[in-house]
Amino acid sequence: MKQVFSRKQLGIPYALFLLLFVVAPLLVIIYYAFTDGTGHFTISNLFHFFTDPNTLGTLCYSLALAFVTTCVCLLLAYPIAYILAKSEWKMKSVIVMLFVLPMWINFTLRITALKEILTMFEGSLAYYPFFNSVVGMTYDFLPFMILPLYSTLTKLDTSLLEASYDLGANEIQAFLRVTLPLSVPGIISGVSMVFLPAMTNYVVLDMLYNSTYIMGSLIGSYFSAYDWHNGSMIALVLLIIICLFTLISGTDEEEQKKGGALL
Amino acid sequence: MRINSGMHKLPIRLAACGLLAGILITGIPFGRYTVKAATTPKDEEVINLRVCNWEEYMDLGDWDEDETIDLESGDILGVNPMYEDFENWYYETYGKRVKVTYSCFGTNEELYNMLTLGDVYDLVCPSEYMIMKMMAEDMLVPFSEDFFDESIPENYYMRGVSPLIRETFENNEINGEPWSKYAAGYMWGITGIVYNPQMVTEEEASTWEVVDNPKFYRQVTIKDNVRDALFVAIGAMKSDLLTSEEFLSAPDYPERLAEEMNDVSPETIAAARDYLQYTKENVYSFETDSGKADMITGKVAANYQWSGDAVYTMDQADEDDFELDFAVPKESTNLYFDGWVMLKSGVGADTEKQQAAQAFINFLSMPENAVRNMYYIGYTSVISGGDDPTVFDYLCWNYEAEDDEEDVVEYPVGYFFTGDNSDEDYILTVPREQTKRQLSAQYPDEDTMNRSAIMQYFDGDTNTEINQMWIEVRCFNINRVPAWAWIMVAAAIAILVGLFGWKKSRES
Repeated sequence: MKQVFSRKQLGIPYALFLLLFVVAPLLVIIYYAFTDGTGHFTISNLFHFFTDPNTLGTLCYSLALAFVTTCVCLLLAYPIAYILAKSEWKMKSVIVMLFVLPMWINFTLRITALKEILTMFEGSLAYYPFFNSVVGMTYDFLPFMILPLYSTLTKLDTSLLEASYDLGANEIQAFLRVTLPLSVPGIISGVSMVFLPAMTNYVVLDMLYNSTYIMGSLIGSYFSAYDWHNGSMIALVLLIIICLFTLISGTDEEEQKKGGALL
Repeated sequence: MRINSGMHKLPIRLAACGLLAGILITGIPFGRYTVKAATTPKDEEVINLRVCNWEEYMDLGDWDEDETIDLESGDILGVNPMYEDFENWYYETYGKRVKVTYSCFGTNEELYNMLTLGDVYDLVCPSEYMIMKMMAEDMLVPFSEDFFDESIPENYYMRGVSPLIRETFENNEINGEPWSKYAAGYMWGITGIVYNPQMVTEEEASTWEVVDNPKFYRQVTIKDNVRDALFVAIGAMKSDLLTSEEFLSAPDYPERLAEEMNDVSPETIAAARDYLQYTKENVYSFETDSGKADMITGKVAANYQWSGDAVYTMDQADEDDFELDFAVPKESTNLYFDGWVMLKSGVGADTEKQQAAQAFINFLSMPENAVRNMYYIGYTSVISGGDDPTVFDYLCWNYEAEDDEEDVVEYPVGYFFTGDNSDEDYILTVPREQTKRQLSAQYPDEDTMNRSAIMQYFDGDTNTEINQMWIEVRCFNINRVPAWAWIMVAAAIAILVGLFGWKKSRES
């Protein structure tokens, strides 16, 4: 019998999904970003993005918030992932599961609980909005940092480490020159999974009463003032920034792989 | 056996085909309401009424037996969702089937955006400023003449609407046309301050300046939307003027008050921006919905609140034996309405549908249904009931003092029910504390109503300016980044680039 379905056709549902929910909305965003209220082509929205001190300030604030959150996540997650990957303990999959466990609970619930805990320590949430936002985001995104790091570190070829010890490296040298460079792909995927959502996830900020806008809330405020054009432009520029970020980290990753092979 | 089973299957198959065809045939004319259509005779047309309302803004039934409101005029109990009751009532009254598709929106702006993006509804319930905007943009269908005919017994809205609301809807105009031509009120209220009497005195809470009072540093919340924030800012900035003897005794006080509270000159907007930027560092937060819970759990000492939500907050706190009070600032208060309007994009020229939409408004305006909604959502209905005593009975049932209570006051509400506040039939005898609690929020006294102002809608350049003001309040301005931060960022980048270059040069 003639084969009716080829394997390629299995991709059709996904292609349709992509077309409907990714490509089509993107085209709408691009349309709005480059038109004004009367539907005429304009680049004044782009100009507005790079000249408006509030938009740029919000971009800086979002970047700073995302940067600090990512650093905190990395500093917390790396040692844990390292210890877990190294340990010979049989129950370690249970521990890994414990780290992922919070992800099974809806994040609004988790942040509500965090609100109470922070209020208990600080008296009022309103005193340290930036700090609270970092705590909230870290709490939310930490598993996304631990998991890629853990999987990279467990797959690490131990013979390379043994070779470095044979060549006279001590523990610190072996870590800095073998383990750390080889775990860079894990770091990069962890960082991109934390940094990018941290830049736009304004729900956490809202719930923790940070009254300063980040990019997500700024877009929302343009939309609720019926200004689709500036809002779309901000979304578009943000998307381009994210694409650039992914591209740069992608090429780094390839170089790292090459480096690994050379080593 | 094999043949037999085949024979048996044939009728089943035929039946299945017939059923499928039936579903297809009946399904096509009625769109997605196939199920409903299948239960009614084929020749009967079902009107599909698409209603979009605020979230949790209509009684959805399912009350417990012990929640029955036992008024003198009869018991009231919500069993089914209001719109289902309407479907039955409409069939019984007019002999026609109507199917209500009920959906919800979160903010006025969201509703407007949904409509401009092509969502189609017949009947929606925006606030007064959005109604004004929709009227100005010619999006609405006017009510038919018979809607205003008070001799028709089913016209519960016109027969039952409070004179206060009726006057407001007739006296406010957009492009020379009164609101009442296009809009029927649903709920109304004012804005004020809910406060914890253990931390804030009544006097301190009775001014908009409570939000910038350093005594309550990080203990007061205000609403996270530009209109409410602007109202607070104008009220607080103009406090001295608005409470001056000369201003209050001016013969054209109501007009001047409305003018001052709607002052959107560039200078006022700039001043409001500075005021709100300063206030942002003094308040606990701008909140959309969390203020009620934070008030009840004691996280904040006072919060800006719409009267309906204030009632809800105080009710919830009462359940925990925690007292919260309500104060209306002495400067002014924002009088607001939510009302039903019919959309051109939905109802259009379809008179059948228009009749059903108007009947829906009338059904909601039946006094017992108005009470059901009030009980369920905590806001105040625009319906006073006309000759029907149900609404006033409900008020007595809710607030009237017990016989053995000693510290009672008389609380006239005639201004709402008959337009005459000295009307002796509409004087409640209530415990004294109610004058600063739920009752004062649900039915404010006449003095409060006298200093209420309706906030106009802002459009075009003014809207852009106000939104820009709000962005400047909420955003971090890049000019506020201190020099040392720039130097540090530059240094960090230089170090990174330097390291990278050094590594590359070493590799090669």
